[in-house]
Amino acid sequence: MLLLVALVGAALAFVGPSAAVASAAPQPQTTVTAIEGEVMCPICGTLLELSDSPQARREKVFVAKLVAAGRSKAEIEDALVAQYGPEVLAVPRGSGFDLTAYLVPIVALLAAIVALALAVARWRRDGRDTPGAAGSERPLPDGDAERLDADIARYDL
Amino acid sequence: MSARSLVAFLAVLAVIGLLAFGLLNKGGAKVAVGDPVPDKALSRLPGPGHGSLAEERGKWVLVNLWASWCIPCREEAPDLERFYRRERDRGVTVVGINVQDNEGDALAFLRAHPTTYTQLRSVGNERSSAFGSIGVPENFLVTPRGRLALIWRSPVDDQILRERVEPLIGGRAVD
Repeated sequence: MLLLVALVGAALAFVGPSAAVASAAPQPQTTVTAIEGEVMCPICGTLLELSDSPQARREKVFVAKLVAAGRSKAEIEDALVAQYGPEVLAVPRGSGFDLTAYLVPIVALLAAIVALALAVARWRRDGRDTPGAAGSERPLPDGDAERLDADIARYDL
Repeated sequence: MSARSLVAFLAVLAVIGLLAFGLLNKGGAKVAVGDPVPDKALSRLPGPGHGSLAEERGKWVLVNLWASWCIPCREEAPDLERFYRRERDRGVTVVGINVQDNEGDALAFLRAHPTTYTQLRSVGNERSSAFGSIGVPENFLVTPRGRLALIWRSPVDDQILRERVEPLIGGRAVD
């Protein structure tokens, strides 16, 4: 019994510190791949995951250290911006002048929809104004209506 | 001009305007000999505090843009340090500006290649754009009045410093 207690105690003494260290190590909140796919190598002008320049390699090491330290994606991006400037982000942030990157396409799309709607309305109006067109409500000149009816009756149309 | 034509004209004008805006914003500044040296307050490396080229007004300044990942930068660092030590008593100084780098790597570079002249740090490529830089290293000689006297978009070594930079300092280039 005493031997069993001694063995268990020794095992706990061996495993305990390792377990404590393992639990104290920060857990990664994101992955290197996830970050590299959304940031640039500013010198290369390409996504970091596609870059292999000396500067890109250093940037990848920088990212890997932050991921291993348990930083969140937002924290890592903030750190990258602090070191390399806002041009390091592949996707513009939605504030300041960068907001135009999102607003301009939306405004352009809305303008295109409005222009298309106005054009369709104009085409339909022009179509109704054309003599004889479907939907046209202009009456036939005097006498033409009677002659038309007579012709239809004669030829049994 | 009908309303339809006016709308089409304005739309084309808007597209051309956007294109022009994009083209004008692409690329860095264009600097030339005789221009005022681009300057702004930058963090010292290592910190704390800030410094600028304006603090060196009255001296000839050799501005060196560098990055830790740049191999030629490592090779020219000792030559720049020797140049500084040789010339500092003649009213000449060197200012290094770290660009396109992270601070940890920049400090590691300075530990590996120590210099005694002022080192500043620029975030991202902001200073690179200001100097119209196309890479690193690049070197710029600035007169005591803050004008560019030499633009050398390459690494320097002892020979280049003696043959291209020192004659300008010795000849007192006119601003």
